[in-house]
Amino acid sequence: MDSKSNLKNFIAYLPRNIFSGFVVSLIALPLGLGLAIASGAPPMAGIISAIVGGSVVALLGGSNLTITGPGNGLVIVVLSAILTLGEGDNYQGYLFTLAAIIISGLILVLFGVFRLGSLSEFFPSSALQGMLAAIGIGILATQVHVMFGFASEKGSALEQISTIPKTILYLFENPTIKTLLGATIGCISLLFMFFYSKIRIPFFHLIPAPMWVVIGSIGVVYYYGAILNSPVPISEDLMIRLPENFLGEFPAPNFTKVLNIDFIGFTLSITLVAFLESLLSIKAVDKLDPKKRRSNINKDLRALGLATIASGFLGGLNVVTVIARSSVNVNNGGTNRSANFFHALFMLLFILLFVSQIQKIPLPALAAILVYTGYKLAAPENFIRIYKIGKEQAFIFLITLFGTLVTDLITGIASGVLCTFIVHLFLNKSFVLFSRNWLKPSVLMFLEEESGNYYVSVKNFCSFLNFYKLKKKLDEIPETEHAIVDFSLCDFVDHTVMEGLNNYRRVFASKGGLLETIGLDIRSAETTHPFAVRKSLPQSNFLNFKSSLTKRQVSLQKLSTILDWEYLAQPVSDSGDLEKFLFFKTKLINYQYNSLKSKNNITSFFDLSYSEGAFIAKENLEATFLKIKSPKKLPVFVLDKENLMSIFYSFSRSKDINFKQHPVFSNRFFLYGDDRKAIRSLFSKDLIYFFENQPTYHVESNGKSVLIKGGDRLASIEEIKKMLSFAEGLGVVLSKKED
Amino acid sequence: MNFQPFKKILIGFAFSPNLKANIYESLRISSALNAEIIFFHVGEKTSEKASTIENIIKSCPQKNKNFSICWKSGKPVPILIKACYDLKIDLLLIGALKRENVLKFYLGSIARKITRNVSCSVLLLINPSLENRLLEHVVVNALDSPKTKETIKIAFYISRAFLSSKLTLVEEISRSKVDVQVDDDVTLKRAMLKKERLAKEEKNRVEDIIKNLPKEIKGEVNWKTQSIFGKRGYSIGHYAKVVRADLLIMNSEEKYSFINRLFPKDLEHILAEIPTDVLILKNRKNG
Repeated sequence: MDSKSNLKNFIAYLPRNIFSGFVVSLIALPLGLGLAIASGAPPMAGIISAIVGGSVVALLGGSNLTITGPGNGLVIVVLSAILTLGEGDNYQGYLFTLAAIIISGLILVLFGVFRLGSLSEFFPSSALQGMLAAIGIGILATQVHVMFGFASEKGSALEQISTIPKTILYLFENPTIKTLLGATIGCISLLFMFFYSKIRIPFFHLIPAPMWVVIGSIGVVYYYGAILNSPVPISEDLMIRLPENFLGEFPAPNFTKVLNIDFIGFTLSITLVAFLESLLSIKAVDKLDPKKRRSNINKDLRALGLATIASGFLGGLNVVTVIARSSVNVNNGGTNRSANFFHALFMLLFILLFVSQIQKIPLPALAAILVYTGYKLAAPENFIRIYKIGKEQAFIFLITLFGTLVTDLITGIASGVLCTFIVHLFLNKSFVLFSRNWLKPSVLMFLEEESGNYYVSVKNFCSFLNFYKLKKKLDEIPETEHAIVDFSLCDFVDHTVMEGLNNYRRVFASKGGLLETIGLDIRSAETTHPFAVRKSLPQSNFLNFKSSLTKRQVSLQKLSTILDWEYLAQPVSDSGDLEKFLFFKTKLINYQYNSLKSKNNITSFFDLSYSEGAFIAKENLEATFLKIKSPKKLPVFVLDKENLMSIFYSFSRSKDINFKQHPVFSNRFFLYGDDRKAIRSLFSKDLIYFFENQPTYHVESNGKSVLIKGGDRLASIEEIKKMLSFAEGLGVVLSKKED
Repeated sequence: MNFQPFKKILIGFAFSPNLKANIYESLRISSALNAEIIFFHVGEKTSEKASTIENIIKSCPQKNKNFSICWKSGKPVPILIKACYDLKIDLLLIGALKRENVLKFYLGSIARKITRNVSCSVLLLINPSLENRLLEHVVVNALDSPKTKETIKIAFYISRAFLSSKLTLVEEISRSKVDVQVDDDVTLKRAMLKKERLAKEEKNRVEDIIKNLPKEIKGEVNWKTQSIFGKRGYSIGHYAKVVRADLLIMNSEEKYSFINRLFPKDLEHILAEIPTDVLILKNRKNG
């Protein structure tokens, strides 16, 4: 019975997953080619990795919405593996590296079998951020040259950075069409990547930015070929070359260097990065899942390992879970692992059908995509965010960053871990606290039999060294319950733990439960080491807004006195029941600010910062929202302007509800919701008349409250006034309704 | 009342700043338990010392006529252990040292050594006070062991003697018994069901024991059960601390072997990190 309805569901959602898989493949194709080329491997290696990864992990994996394929993190490690192991012969190096990839896949399978997924908890979060930033700088440093039209620039990341001015200077000294065209394509592509999220045309966003870049640059090449009938003035080594018969011959991995010390080092580095990148991505995607499912990390690791082995034997790169592509999947309505499978299938189709077009992609365009990726990893915002949490965190971040750049990845992350530990020792001025209590089961969890709450008490200290113990207990609590984490017996709590707990808090909130932390304020008041980390719980704001108000804020304040409402300019991260609205199902709410609330608590409006997607597919948005408590129970519905997007949505998501007797309303609005009957009875004549005669807003109900949103930007004072009168009118119409 | 597990109580005292509090505490305990109290000092008897201790006993508002003072010199630990044996002591009181630094852990407070080797039950007092304290909340370890029935009986007896307002019987369930790894939503559900079942079984077991206790021991004690999952011995100490219990009652273990000391078990955890006053019951035939 259950499996029957599962199958039915699966088939019902199939169109959505095919659609989502298609959109993902549009971004995966350029990324796959680019990452492989940047890694020093043949372009096909990235495509193979995505095809094998997508199909194997879709069949055997333990997560739901993740997309798998070649990962950003591995670019630098694989590149140096190929260069070092090849000793001048890059193709030989590639064959050696394939062997390392296969072995790393094997290690990942073992990790999964022995349930070592929790090992990732032992990396302090600031050190991890530092490592990611170093990887980002590495990608950026190598790809900037390609973006400017120079195919081969060798050396370490630091050397590459130092030669960037020389590269740019060369362009100005030799301004021929041949050098300039490549650089222009690269630079325009990069600018496009940066400004893509600023272009707010929904239809345009159906195709991901990297695909636009590819289409645009192919267009330029065709322009020269078909219209000017002249050869493209881009040098041969700046074009993609695919083998003639790529399905027939696969490279043979070379295992002869297995005992070589360099080989072992690279294998470990590749494994470590693949492991960390996958786990970080899986966790991040779980947070985006509208259904808030929990991924089986160890099962996923096994699948990723197997996929990596298969990919390695076919000549592909590591298969890791990738965050940007996964978030695109979530945003386009993917619901299960079949989306990953379809992404792989479309990749296969592309490579079979468009071989010649793909060979027209100029490398500077792909490099621009990667430069953007590298920039996102190493963006100064990341550092500033960490600096605001605490100076010591910034120190750890920098140590790891430079450690990784100057030496290698393993040494870098090891120095970050060590540095974190030393910082902790320094902060506590006690080695004993750690040495004596490390191995103790310092976490107690029990179900309070009187209240039915879960109570978790942490003793001694809680840091990255033993966070896994706390996590294990927290994982055993269903997220729909009320949990209390008590630190009053704990002398020290570090940043990794605070950040981790904040993630748990979010998951609990989104699933209808509650996770509270107590005992931290008391503790820091009576002991001498108040750890800055405590401030990183976003309840207290670390964003440090300036005390002086902007012009808009002053007018808002005036408005609040006229209305006799409460006004709060400071950002608050507690979003209340906002996450229960369909609109926020696949979005992350950062914080709300400039909130105005009526005294009777019925109406409130606020500016909200939220984001869609993740990593390079991330878009940060700000808009003004108005929320009213409904006078009576409503069905869950969404009412929006009907446009091209809604046609797409009605194909991939839900059907528009139309009313025969109200053609104007039906044409203007896109209305949907699960309980169609209840919605139809709610939208009676007077309500439809009301909506027809008002400006169009995005209106949706979560059953108890109604959310009203204007445009995709902050509203002006006049617009706010209009929204208020709209809300007032809506409230009147709704309260007139009979039950 | 026929049931009287502690007829003879011994307290070893030293001339420390805690002396007065220790004496007061022991007088209160012995009179609440209606027992004979022996003040035992390891060291030379001098008239000065004798008068100090007598003055303290006299000054205490809580009187117990049934007391005596013993003096003996030698090595403290073996002498105390021998005295307990020779004098047929039922309960030994020790003012333990709360852990403060690593030094004390390695020197091993005398209390730890004595607890390991003494033949009678031991009550460790971590913060004796001059003022009359109430024993509000008693926590007792009700793990599945043949000794537990007796332990629960004594816990009820003590709760009544000290008029405690609450007695919690804690069933520690070893994590390995759950035997379900939580990976995703499905396994979480499975683990939850298994835990619920185990907790219910344990609860039934403890409730059965209590049902069979004679009425005059049970009295009107307000008791409840609580099951916790975690490392045996360690988690109950943690629990006692969390609920701010005033007394924790534990079974003693069978025999301390060399292995036990290398790999601390139930009691060792408690002794290493004494959460509150602890009563360790040794199964010695009464009389």
